[in-house]
Amino acid sequence: MEFLRPASWQEALAAKAEHPTAVPIAGGTDVMVEINFDHRRPTHLLDLTRIGELTEWETGTDSVRLGASVPYARIMRHLRAELPGLALAAHTVASPQIRNRGGVGGNLGTASPAGDAHPALLAAGAEVEAESAARGTRLIPVDTFYTGVKRNALEPDELIRAVRIARADGPQQYSKVGTRNAMVIAVCAFGLALHPETRTVRTGIGSAAPTPIRAEVAEQFLNSALEEGGFWESGQIIAPSAVKQFATLCAAACNPIDDVRGTAGYRRHAIGVLARRTLMWAWESYRGGHRVTEGAA
Amino acid sequence: MRVSLTVNGRPQQADDVWEGESLLYVLRERLGLPGAKNACEQGECGSCTVRLDGELVCSCLVAAGQAEGREVVTVEGLADHAAGRRATAPGVGLDEARRWQPVPGEGARLAPIQQAFIDAGAVQCGFCTPGLLVAADELLEQNPEPTDADIREALSGNLCRCTGYEKIMDAVRLAAARQAEEV
Repeated sequence: MEFLRPASWQEALAAKAEHPTAVPIAGGTDVMVEINFDHRRPTHLLDLTRIGELTEWETGTDSVRLGASVPYARIMRHLRAELPGLALAAHTVASPQIRNRGGVGGNLGTASPAGDAHPALLAAGAEVEAESAARGTRLIPVDTFYTGVKRNALEPDELIRAVRIARADGPQQYSKVGTRNAMVIAVCAFGLALHPETRTVRTGIGSAAPTPIRAEVAEQFLNSALEEGGFWESGQIIAPSAVKQFATLCAAACNPIDDVRGTAGYRRHAIGVLARRTLMWAWESYRGGHRVTEGAA
Repeated sequence: MRVSLTVNGRPQQADDVWEGESLLYVLRERLGLPGAKNACEQGECGSCTVRLDGELVCSCLVAAGQAEGREVVTVEGLADHAAGRRATAPGVGLDEARRWQPVPGEGARLAPIQQAFIDAGAVQCGFCTPGLLVAADELLEQNPEPTDADIREALSGNLCRCTGYEKIMDAVRLAAARQAEEV
């Protein structure tokens, strides 16, 4: 095994072009587990921790350009207003030790259906900024980024430079099911974002299908129900029947499996419950006006 | 490969380090610092917890090469680390600082959190203790007056199978109270 230690982003891209099988390592919270357990013996490890810009973020008018290695701990602390859904998701990641190291770039690189960030990214709306030495930068909508269980749309010579996440224009929520409040791989997870500017609701489902997915049929149903009933203007309580139908459609969007963490039936049921709860919480914030972008822990 | 780093304030060098090796392995097997423990090797148990450039991390998930040029504090250096924090804390008068003397006999000195663990009976088999000490010390550094919820969250990445955690909670509260008295 070779340990590659690029000092700059350009060097990292060059190294990845030269060694397409090199495994990028930043926080190490996925890669080191695989190495420690002898599940993986890459020919090259590509250490990205010397590249300062990967741990920085820029807040624009419409989006936040989040460096691939910004640790979850900093997302929780500093980006709660701009990215409330992701900040909530970050807070559910493992433990303080892991949140100090792990980041969204690694979550995307691993592309586990159970990755905590995915439902929040899907709900907020995001683009993955992938870069290669040969072809430069391309933006991959997060909806098309996940291509299979632990597979993503990256080419072998590409690295994730950043994620561009839409700044919250309304309340966002995130909820995760597990056996305790820390150190839990999601049994399932659900992210929801209200977008009052476009009068749309977006969702993200984790750990209940081969990839993280949006519940698009449920979104379409809710968008029309809110539009037709004039709910965005009136801020009225959403009719229980509509909430129930939304939850049912979210559950129906799942394509889960039975595994050690839970059964397919449980996951489908739980996603329905989380969909209903997160919609109620987010809608209450929307109605309440000023608490809009502050997520409840 | 060769890895050079600072551990507990001392420059250290390890040779013939395998590229996939963890910082934990380097500390324990190459530098003779067995304080950080090796258990789950997947970041679940926290028994390998150390500070890396001040950040609380699981040393089993840090590749050795990533620690190149970095500063590591392990439980072996916790007393010095905590003492250094107090020495630089505001409010220590010049006379008081002049009167300060090192306690003779290396190893005899304990960080306040270590003494609190002993006094509260928070140590049983002891395997999880080093990781918990490093994590609890970091909590008290960041947040001198933690609530119970703060303590629980700060220690949520450290598993203990003996104590049921109550005595550990007591120990952290005790250390926080003593720290508050000192100021």
